[in-house]
Amino acid sequence: MGARRYVFRKVIQAIATLAFVLTFNFFLFRVLPGDPVGLLARSQRLSEADVAALQEQLGLDQPLGSQYVTYVRETLTGNLGVSLRTAREVTSTIWSRVWPTVLLVGLGTLLSTVIGIWIGIKGGWRRGSAFDTTTLYGSLALYSIPEGWLGMLLLLVLSGMLGLFPAGGYESGGETGVARLVDVLNHLFLPLLTLTLGYLGQYAIIMRSSMIDVTHEDFVMSARAKGVPEYQVRRRHVVPNAFLPTFTLIFLNFGFVLGGAIVVEAVFSWPGLGLLTYEAINQLDYPVIQGVFLLSSAAVIAFNLAADITYGYLDPRVREA
Amino acid sequence: MATGEHARELRSPRALVWQRRRDTAVAHWATFRRNPQGMVGLAVLTFFVLVAVIGPLFIDPASIEPATADGPLLAPPSLEYPMGTDNYGRSVLLLMVQGARISLLVGFTAAFGTMLIGSSIGITAGYFGGTRVDSMLNGVTNWFLVLPWIALAIALTSVIGPTLVNVIIVIAITSWASTARVVRSQALSVKERPFIERSRALGAGHLHLITRHVLPSVFPILFANAVLMIALAILSETTLSILGLGPANAISWGRIIDDSFSAGALSAGWWWWLIPPGVAIMFVTLSFTMVGFALDEVLSPRLRTR
Repeated sequence: MGARRYVFRKVIQAIATLAFVLTFNFFLFRVLPGDPVGLLARSQRLSEADVAALQEQLGLDQPLGSQYVTYVRETLTGNLGVSLRTAREVTSTIWSRVWPTVLLVGLGTLLSTVIGIWIGIKGGWRRGSAFDTTTLYGSLALYSIPEGWLGMLLLLVLSGMLGLFPAGGYESGGETGVARLVDVLNHLFLPLLTLTLGYLGQYAIIMRSSMIDVTHEDFVMSARAKGVPEYQVRRRHVVPNAFLPTFTLIFLNFGFVLGGAIVVEAVFSWPGLGLLTYEAINQLDYPVIQGVFLLSSAAVIAFNLAADITYGYLDPRVREA
Repeated sequence: MATGEHARELRSPRALVWQRRRDTAVAHWATFRRNPQGMVGLAVLTFFVLVAVIGPLFIDPASIEPATADGPLLAPPSLEYPMGTDNYGRSVLLLMVQGARISLLVGFTAAFGTMLIGSSIGITAGYFGGTRVDSMLNGVTNWFLVLPWIALAIALTSVIGPTLVNVIIVIAITSWASTARVVRSQALSVKERPFIERSRALGAGHLHLITRHVLPSVFPILFANAVLMIALAILSETTLSILGLGPANAISWGRIIDDSFSAGALSAGWWWWLIPPGVAIMFVTLSFTMVGFALDEVLSPRLRTR
């Protein structure tokens, strides 16, 4: 299959997935038995008239078909409705919270992949060495710890007991220039550490097992047989091939890291999308929950598309499949 | 293996099949026992399962009810309260025992649901590999694989309400896709084997082939996957609980973490309340993961020879 057709097919698939998410999002909040407005009415003690007004405002009194058409049109033009709590537009609310999450997830992904892959390469190459055994169990333990709790533990010890770091938030306020940057980094440190530790284990494990897989391939044996020095075998022959499955995982995992960030942000009051979601859950602010669901799904779909296309170039074999 | 030496009575073809399966199970168990990680994991799990099953029988329900608990409030660990007490004066140790039951229950049932959905979709897709049925099911699987599970879980739970049953359902719905993919690829290769063709030539229908031939061949992989899924389900429940979407009507380990966090355990330094549930979750998921990896090694000989 030609490269162009491969890309084209992947783009179509991504668009189909997005359409599915859009439809799913629509039905989730209208057809499921929960009835968001009813829940809200009970928790808020709204009167019948308020409920009717709310339903009209959300367009829930229209027939389902026309609701769907309106919904798709509005969503595609960037209108995600109005928050039930703050009466602000969901779109602008979300945009105002994107940056801290991008910072946290971006740096977290970068650090956990780089460190995890380094550990995986080193451990997989010398399988059974002290380094390998220690890091393997360490990685498994890190994988088994719930990120949210890890964050709480770090807060309890490093912030609560030792007072080394602030207890949460994005900045102390009132700082400018370099002092502000230092202040933000100081606030960023613990959430970033939590996210990095929480995901590094998986990358280390997958890279390690992929290294072990590749070391047993015939081409590695022939490289050794023709006298390629060991460090060259590792760098030129094993690592590039072992990296491919890890590469896919990094992108596939993006959704999980985003999820982890939601919890970590809630724990550290880091004012990104995660904290926004956490607040929206507690206040039953459905338009905001829907908006975040839509945006995070779209982000993950975009990332997967990017991964598929890059992978197609890195490994031409997959284009045939 | 000593199976060949048995003088088998040929009661029926089924009996022969079951005899063979029993022999395989015995052989697999022998291999598993030689895997130290797997055995350690199994021992830890046995301990926690026993605690979860037997422990709550010895707990007076009134002592873990917020209204009727009579211990001192927020007392650090002592002889009487080995893990201290919470803000209602409940013994954290008793909460942990009760939590073991709920957390493991969620883990097992959610993983079972995951297997049920994942294996039926995966086997059907794989068995009808290359047809329209396959591409449709595969499409749905890819959708769920791509969706960020936590966002989906939050959206679902906030709509249908965080009860114990709903949380289990939500975890199953958000995590079956990876199982389906593993099962599908296995089923794809199984259905090309000669014995399937032979069976079809003898007049076997789709249902017979799927349940009698494809499913048993896929089962080992499914089993190893299920064990890993239990770990994932327990972690998922914890995450949901921390976000305030855990089962509202039950005490799970995740719920204890959330309660202590919401009560301000971090700034007040009530470590005895926050630390035990997290450590328990870590031990249990780690054990399930180690058992799962060991099973993988036992059931796929490719890994064993290295």
